[in-house]
Amino acid sequence: MTRADPHGEVIVDRLSLADEIVGGGEEAATADAAEYALWLGDDALVLAQCLGWWISRGPELEEDMALANIALDLLGHARSLLSHAGTADGRTEDDLAYWRDEREFRCAQLAELPNGDYAHTLVRQLAFAVFQVELYDRLQESSDATLAAIAAKAAKEVAYHREHSTEWFRRLALGTDDSRRRLLTALEHVWPYVGDLFRDEPLLDRLEGVAVRPSTLRAPFDQAMGALAAETGIELPDPDLARGGGRHGIHTEHLGLLLAELQVLARAHPGATW
Amino acid sequence: MAQSPTAQVPTTEIDDDPDGRARFDELIAADSRIEPRDWMPAAYRKNLVRQISQHAHSEIIGMQPEANWISRAPSLKRKAILMAKVQDEAGHGLYLYSAAQTLGTPRDEMFQALVDGRARYSSIFNYPTLGWADMGAIGWLVDGAAICNQVPLCRASYGPYARAMVRICKEESFHQRQGFEILLELMHGTPAQRAMAQDAVDRWYAPSLMMFGPPDEESVNSQQSMAWNIKRFSNDDLRQRFVDMLVPQAEALGVTLPDPDLRFDEATGHWAYGELDWHEFQEVLGGRGPCNTQRLAHRRAAFEDGAWVREAAAAYARKQADAAEQAA
Amino acid sequence: MTTPGAADAREIWPLWEVFVRANRGLSHVHAGSLHAPDATMAIQNARDLYTRRGEGVSIWVVPAESITTSDPDARGAWFESPAGKNYRHAVYYTKSEGVPHL
Repeated sequence: MTRADPHGEVIVDRLSLADEIVGGGEEAATADAAEYALWLGDDALVLAQCLGWWISRGPELEEDMALANIALDLLGHARSLLSHAGTADGRTEDDLAYWRDEREFRCAQLAELPNGDYAHTLVRQLAFAVFQVELYDRLQESSDATLAAIAAKAAKEVAYHREHSTEWFRRLALGTDDSRRRLLTALEHVWPYVGDLFRDEPLLDRLEGVAVRPSTLRAPFDQAMGALAAETGIELPDPDLARGGGRHGIHTEHLGLLLAELQVLARAHPGATW
Repeated sequence: MAQSPTAQVPTTEIDDDPDGRARFDELIAADSRIEPRDWMPAAYRKNLVRQISQHAHSEIIGMQPEANWISRAPSLKRKAILMAKVQDEAGHGLYLYSAAQTLGTPRDEMFQALVDGRARYSSIFNYPTLGWADMGAIGWLVDGAAICNQVPLCRASYGPYARAMVRICKEESFHQRQGFEILLELMHGTPAQRAMAQDAVDRWYAPSLMMFGPPDEESVNSQQSMAWNIKRFSNDDLRQRFVDMLVPQAEALGVTLPDPDLRFDEATGHWAYGELDWHEFQEVLGGRGPCNTQRLAHRRAAFEDGAWVREAAAAYARKQADAAEQAA
Repeated sequence: MTTPGAADAREIWPLWEVFVRANRGLSHVHAGSLHAPDATMAIQNARDLYTRRGEGVSIWVVPAESITTSDPDARGAWFESPAGKNYRHAVYYTKSEGVPHL
């Protein structure tokens, strides 16, 4: 009797594969919507690039798996968002990822902060996940059909990222004296950049119904983080200490190096396909 | 009698259990499966722990040569593929450690042996990845050789090992194909890209052939492993099968296999290949390869840097359990 | 009785067994094992390790030390008794062959 193993069957030929890039073939983005898509796409791309470093370096193999899953989700979001941004002027996701210079990147500075130890990575990831959960929840209502579709897929994924980061925050906060000390140090380094995520820019005035006003995400973010901080007895540092400016192309010293690595090979071979 | 079905830790092996041995021999003769709590000869257990843990270590160390290019992958699609592939290797390491653990050796102990430099892993991962095309060559040649080795292991006599291999083989089907595609894309690209591809094939071809282990007459563990239905084909048989598969694939790619002695032998119906440098193989195996020190240091650093995180989570779990007990 | 691996002092995180339901309507089936500090992390790790190709819609995790198994040495006493009790199977009843709806 031959019977297919009902568990874990991976049959390549019979798979129904979902689209890799969400929203392909929809209407082209307006120039403003494209700029907004770069905000979110660059956040996701730069975060994915940072998290990719952990693959083979995680604190435990199971955590290598988790961080890689998160990185792959974010890279998926980045590819969809950059592809959409590119429809405004005929560029591809790779044109945008590999051939823009530092000052043309629109990620928040928070995304480009160094990985540091696991606590630094975790704090950065938690802040983004909590922010993105609120963001993508609302962006599903966007009048830009592609942004809405990307948000609908991303919303489910970032909900898991938040869960994962929240659980680890609890463990680092309440685990050992050493882990708590490291968490506090990480918060001190990372948290000053959080406020930048919530600043409204003039661009938003031209994107009514298309984009989500960052300032409107502040209250639910503060509530979620406040509850977690209270539960774990952690005092969160001032989130508005750093000057920010990533949405205008003003970055930390870290982004240049990160991009140098990301782009080096592609730029050595202009016009090549891979 | 609480007994974990998958993590039995026998304190002593009763090697003179005649009933156990008879049953074991009967199962092997019938080409059936041995399961964790069955009686098995101590040497069978030891041989399996050695083989499965080495296999697991190879997956884990094997992440590094490719992880080296995740940050520089030349397109976002390739970056995603590479991340997923290196992640799979971590997963495969985990499946294999689980299988080995059913024989009574905890993972932390196997892991400690690895970072202490007391355990072996596949020599191939002690070579450096010097260019992007190495991602293609590793997928095509190294994963190709690994698949040749692994498919017969899906029928290995030890149940948990065979089951882990089934899952691994299914998942790995994409690894070789993506490597082939990388090379194909390069071979259709610019002259610089074509040169890159050929250079990578030149460097990875011979080491990948040596992945099947030493020639049969020098292979110390092979005979017993075959008698126990762990290994199904000899090193040289598998190597020959691999070379026979490679030749037409190389032709499809348009790359040259770096072996001047490679020729089709009408008499045997197989591709005859040149002498391999077994001295080089022994050197790398003995720790004197290009990257042995680096690979171990990388693994050790991850293990040591992560200790405080693992301890934090363990401490949190203890505190929660204590609190729950107090409340009850 | 031997000490189960989960309570093994040589490991910082205990061992968990993972069961995955591949699809609605199917049982949870043993997928493998993993290490995790507690149940919450075990289920997350299981999700990240065993369902990344859409292999599951639901997961159970069980501490490996909580599983009780039958004694392999008592195999005969436990599992050979059904042999010969053919009347438990429908194919045993051949006289009704050809009669509709039986």
